[in-house]
Amino acid sequence: MADAAPISRPIFPTERAASKPLFEYLHEWVITVDHKRLGILYILYALTFLLIGGIEATIMRIQLIVPHNHFVSPQVFNRLFTMHGTTMIFFVAMPILFGFINYLLPLMIGARDMAFPRLNAWGFWMTAFGGLILYFSFFGGSGLYGAGSAPDVGWFAYAPLTSPAFSRGHSTDYWIIGLLVSGFGSIATAINIVTTVLCMRCPGMKLSKMPLFAWLNLVTGGLVLLAMGPLAAAQLMLLIDRYLGGHFFDTQAGGAAVIWMHFFWIFGHPEVYILVIPAFAFVSEIIPVFSRKPIFGYPIMVAATLSIGFISMSVWAHHMFTVGMVSYANAFFVASTMAIAVPTGIKIFNWLGTMWGGKIVFQLPMLFCIGFLFQFLIAGLTGIMLGAAPLDWQLGNSYFVVAHFHYVIVGGILFALFGAFYYWFPKMSGRMYNKRLGLLHFVLFLIGFHLTFDFMHIPGLLGMPRRIYTYEPGRGWDMWNLIVTVGVFFQAAGILVFAANLLWSYFKGKLAGNDPWDAWTLEWTTSSPPPPYNFATTPVVKSRRPLWDLKHPEDPDWKYE
Amino acid sequence: MAATTIAVPEHEMPLSVESRGRVGMLCLILAESTIFSIFVVAYLYYAGKSLSGPTPREVLHVPIFNSICLFASSFTIVMAERAISRGKVRVFAPWWLLTIALGTIFILGTAREWHRLIYQEGLTITTNLFGTTYYSLVGLHAFHVLVGLTGLSIIMIFTLLGYVKQEHAPRIGVFSLYWHFVDVVWVVVLSVVYFIAR
Repeated sequence: MADAAPISRPIFPTERAASKPLFEYLHEWVITVDHKRLGILYILYALTFLLIGGIEATIMRIQLIVPHNHFVSPQVFNRLFTMHGTTMIFFVAMPILFGFINYLLPLMIGARDMAFPRLNAWGFWMTAFGGLILYFSFFGGSGLYGAGSAPDVGWFAYAPLTSPAFSRGHSTDYWIIGLLVSGFGSIATAINIVTTVLCMRCPGMKLSKMPLFAWLNLVTGGLVLLAMGPLAAAQLMLLIDRYLGGHFFDTQAGGAAVIWMHFFWIFGHPEVYILVIPAFAFVSEIIPVFSRKPIFGYPIMVAATLSIGFISMSVWAHHMFTVGMVSYANAFFVASTMAIAVPTGIKIFNWLGTMWGGKIVFQLPMLFCIGFLFQFLIAGLTGIMLGAAPLDWQLGNSYFVVAHFHYVIVGGILFALFGAFYYWFPKMSGRMYNKRLGLLHFVLFLIGFHLTFDFMHIPGLLGMPRRIYTYEPGRGWDMWNLIVTVGVFFQAAGILVFAANLLWSYFKGKLAGNDPWDAWTLEWTTSSPPPPYNFATTPVVKSRRPLWDLKHPEDPDWKYE
Repeated sequence: MAATTIAVPEHEMPLSVESRGRVGMLCLILAESTIFSIFVVAYLYYAGKSLSGPTPREVLHVPIFNSICLFASSFTIVMAERAISRGKVRVFAPWWLLTIALGTIFILGTAREWHRLIYQEGLTITTNLFGTTYYSLVGLHAFHVLVGLTGLSIIMIFTLLGYVKQEHAPRIGVFSLYWHFVDVVWVVVLSVVYFIAR
């Protein structure tokens, strides 16, 4: 059985480093095909870009702190919001989630690795090089004669801004190629995730016995397969336009700029769910453990996730109400957007149902998950507001939209991610994090988040548009912008505390042991960190909580499932 | 935690490690078909919207012989697969070679068609929207045929060197899924470009 595996002693990465020459040690990491190492590479890579994207956001907020500020020029501001959006979505959120999925999925389903380990490594390096290509634009963006420039077309790169006439030099090409390359990496990873879940489960783990983490990420993988293709196709068309003189988005030759918007958002909206479903997966694992209850309504959770996956493919044009579509198209996309709130609401009620009557343990992962619940609810509510076409005509392209989707991504996804970091850090590093620093991080980030993004709704309602580099005084926006920027400093401080905590705990933290949370899924049966082969003998499971069955042979779960 | 012994359940998993190649290839095919769908949608959306000639009706001839060759290659690859799964490498090799030949005829036919369109009809990718969408869609498919031909040829070389044996039948089956996909895409491209949107 799983815990009977002859795992003598955890192998700490730190002592490994000491025992080998540095170069050899690094070389091992470069050529690795181990899902755990690739997972950690993904996470470290994404954290680096989180820092870069965060600095870009901070510079933008400093520029907007007072009216008529001259901290950066309008051109630089355009580049900053383009790079900030692109970086955060493609080189922070996706890789960090793929990192967690890579690390945890095989462990949770009792496998020794992903289905295609080498493809896995390929996917990571493609993503990594995609990010480097995007950032190389700072040096090569306008060729050798200019000092270089990052793309400045916005993260969704609307036509005709990207046409050769309006986007000279190569900065937009770096945007295209960088995302194409990392997009193919993502498709490779998605193939791996789906195949791993379908083919690599340990004996006894039927689909209905998988941890919700595996179920939800199966849906994520499917969505990546469906969504990255349209983006790649649209970008190939844009390359054809820019280099071969094609006319896909060239209105002078009969092409349509609006079709780029359709193609982009056919990718863009499922992308939101690609990011948020793994966050749901973290929360669905953490809340039960810290409520000391099994998840409430497992089959309904699976069904809700699947329906979110399906509906998310048919809501894209709610990003385009202000373009002026025909009325029945507006009606359809309003209806589908409203419909997606139903399964999402079911999920929230299921998490609440799990906590209801449970013995809630207020450890850090749980605190972040509770933050997630409240903030994601508000993000969903503003989403419904923006999903109603008439209100969107008023609020579209205002700071209200910016506040809404940052509420989803920061308040929802990032909070769930921090919860996941604290929950699985002991497993990945073998050491506990520092609880005081962790609490400081939580408090700072919570205050910062609410200062920034609660108050960002208001200038949006007052008519402040997105992407402006400065504004006139006396429109009632000044104070709100000041508060928003002050919040950013709290968030930045929180992130620094978080990074310091990771570093300190990695070297100095208390030993965590195999199962610090008294949890129930298979990854906690292995040593911390797990050995390269994960399980010495293949585990056999009979219920959704195999470790509970082991700990409580007198009252196993499989009798009731 | 006492190490209780739990008997391995009798039921078999419907999908196992052995089928991962097939599942992975089907996932790739799913992702690829979304790329094709977007190009097909663009083709249909822009059909008849070109501001200048030539139009599809004026210059396109249905590539009947080419298409028959490509569709026939789906049949020959099935025959090759059947041979290798029974361990008959000597039967496998000619069928496989025939598949390559049929694919090559198709790609040469496309090249001839493009040559005629460019040099006689004056239709290039920059001429009008028809040119842009036509060369992109047909070119994307031709690119996939080329990738398939490369894979087919690599397997052919291994066969000639004597490395391919019966135990490789499942892998060859996975690859032939891709070739079938390339064929099925041609059914869609053919009907859209040469029949529906003329």
